[in-house]
Amino acid sequence: MEHDIYSTEGLYKIVEKADLSATISKHVIYAPLIATKAKAGHFVILRSRSGGERIPVTLVDWSPENGTVTVIIQAIGKSTSEMNALKAGDSFSDVAGPLGTPVEIKKYGTVLGVGGGVGIAELYPIARAFKQAGNEVVSILGARSKDLLILEAEMASLGRVIVTTDDGSAGKKGLVTDAMKELYAAGEKLDAIFTIGPIIMMKFVAEASRPHATPTFASLNPVMLDGTGMCGGCRVEISGKPKFACVDGPMFDAHQTNFDALMKRTAAYREQEKESLEKYGKDHQCRIGLH
Amino acid sequence: MKQNLGRHQDAVARRSNFDEVAMGFGLEEAVTEAARCLGCKTKPCELACPVNVKIPEFVDLVHKEDLGAAASKIFETSLFPAICGRVCPQETYCEAACVLKDKFGPVSIGRLERFTADYARKGGLIKPPPCAPDTGKKVACVGSGPTSLAVAAELRKLGHAVTVFEALHEFGGVLCYGIPTFRLPREVVRFEVDMLRKMGVRFLKNVMVGKSITIEELKKDFDIIYIGSGAGLPTPMNAPGEDLVGVYSSNEFLTRVNLMEAYKFPVSDTPYYVGKRTVVVGGGNTAMDSARCAMRLGPENVTLLYRRTRAEMPARAEEVENAMEEGIKFEFLTAPVELEGDEKGRLKRVKCIRMALGEPDASGRRKPVPQKGSEFYIEADSLVVAIGSSPNPVIQQTTPGLSANKWGGIIIDEATAKTSLDGVYAGGDVVRGGATVLLAMKDGKAAARAIHEKLSAKGN
Repeated sequence: MEHDIYSTEGLYKIVEKADLSATISKHVIYAPLIATKAKAGHFVILRSRSGGERIPVTLVDWSPENGTVTVIIQAIGKSTSEMNALKAGDSFSDVAGPLGTPVEIKKYGTVLGVGGGVGIAELYPIARAFKQAGNEVVSILGARSKDLLILEAEMASLGRVIVTTDDGSAGKKGLVTDAMKELYAAGEKLDAIFTIGPIIMMKFVAEASRPHATPTFASLNPVMLDGTGMCGGCRVEISGKPKFACVDGPMFDAHQTNFDALMKRTAAYREQEKESLEKYGKDHQCRIGLH
Repeated sequence: MKQNLGRHQDAVARRSNFDEVAMGFGLEEAVTEAARCLGCKTKPCELACPVNVKIPEFVDLVHKEDLGAAASKIFETSLFPAICGRVCPQETYCEAACVLKDKFGPVSIGRLERFTADYARKGGLIKPPPCAPDTGKKVACVGSGPTSLAVAAELRKLGHAVTVFEALHEFGGVLCYGIPTFRLPREVVRFEVDMLRKMGVRFLKNVMVGKSITIEELKKDFDIIYIGSGAGLPTPMNAPGEDLVGVYSSNEFLTRVNLMEAYKFPVSDTPYYVGKRTVVVGGGNTAMDSARCAMRLGPENVTLLYRRTRAEMPARAEEVENAMEEGIKFEFLTAPVELEGDEKGRLKRVKCIRMALGEPDASGRRKPVPQKGSEFYIEADSLVVAIGSSPNPVIQQTTPGLSANKWGGIIIDEATAKTSLDGVYAGGDVVRGGATVLLAMKDGKAAARAIHEKLSAKGN
């Protein structure tokens, strides 16, 4: 089917929606221009409705044939809860993109993907692209517990998967970095590492690979507003210099990233986020266990 | 009779709302003010207007209380009178040329233009202008700010198909994300965009040219591309501590407040942070807008730092006066040198230094010279950097063969607005660097003429 990339007909409609866990949902959205242009590592900015805020989400999949893009969203605050309450047939009011700089896909040899939580969804298209480029892909997937583990089968279709959970309810009990250290201790040859997940996790992945000098890249997730490079709200410090994650990234050399500064900046609106979520929780039946 | 400057919202009351400060004329005031116009045959005001609005003629129609005809008269040269009447610095254009200026004060042309447009809009007197039959030619405008809107209006009237691409979710560029509602209500911008829609201009949001789609790709589907992507890259101070939480670029601060309506948080979802004390750095209109927005978010105080004196401020005199009336404290001849934070990485205080004016620099303005030993501190929870902006470089970087200068400005042939690429034109802030709404519209009008000539040429 031919899709007119300049048409607004049916734009941003959710054609398929699936709940992957109590708080994580997959949305397949009609957006033919984005579907045509998307590459591994691209993200979109979503707004669920007028008056809503702009939320950056990495593309998980895309289909130029169907004119759709797929995102996976974890409900962690008001806006993401509201998005995951949308049903198939509903529409997002805005999906802008594809944004950011795609990941440079080349042949490294063995590529290790390290995904944490909903970051596994964002790791998937990158791991798939590396696999298609002839790399051997090994993945470490970390989650708090078994019910929060997503896309295990999809990742397993690309290569060996090691699962870790904080509580031991699936795979090995422990952190993704424990599994990394075991790989290094076993003498496995790792030619590049790509990590996506909570900032603290990515920081420790970078520290675990630093002594081995394995090229390591992290997909950074600062607070974003426009996502087009006009405000600098998403600035991060790479090799001591400011970069805009929305246009220069979001993937950067993890060994050159100032993760501590990034963590401080992402905490900027914690109080307001809490206020907004509490108000939402009072107005709606709470889906994410706030009450 | 003296010039009537119109009524304004009370200086204290307006500190707690985002409603328009200048309240505009009533019909009687407008007719009385219009009566002051001498109807000069030489039309110095019209010649001084960058888009040559037929000023004596429309003012005469206001005097005759024929507001529909007055609005149509303005529309002959400008489709955006409700915007221009509000944000154009008339004191340096039409009103500066008014023969009454020195003795009695100029005719309030800007306020009359605004009154005419508002009256005609509210009264349903505005009809979209007729468009020539379709030419079959397709034009893409990149960005939906003032310069692209002007191009779209002119070319659509001439029968060309126009598609406007906007990266954000609202149309209007700086008219939406930059200029606050207390200077330009959003219904005015939406009305103008809707009028273009009724004329058949197609508007596509959420498309960032250079990322979502490239100029080269657009060239396959459009005969002409006009780049009006503005100067949306904030200039940093490069002072230590600029990374602290609470430090904003004016673009981020104004986008949060204006485009995302953060001032309504938590009714709207986008948060903001001003704390108890806010500092704004800069002396232009963006700095005034930032300071005045901050004041309306309820901090204890707002201080503006400017490294020269009031006389050198690039901001409109009216905006500076408004800001002062609203209680914003001005520290002239002062610049921040370092931002200091707490253990959580939040801004705590600003180390400043006093300046003295030295010799004139390349721009002709006297250069501020730091005074040794004059350092002092200002306590601050948030700080907005409003010291300028340059063109967003994404299009330049992703378009091979498109020539730009070292500031990222697209280089054009001044007579035709043509870039180094065939069929690609540019204008507004992406060429000039941060300038004014009116110059952006003027560029758009001129570019539209050149584009129309090109599209009408034989063999095209």
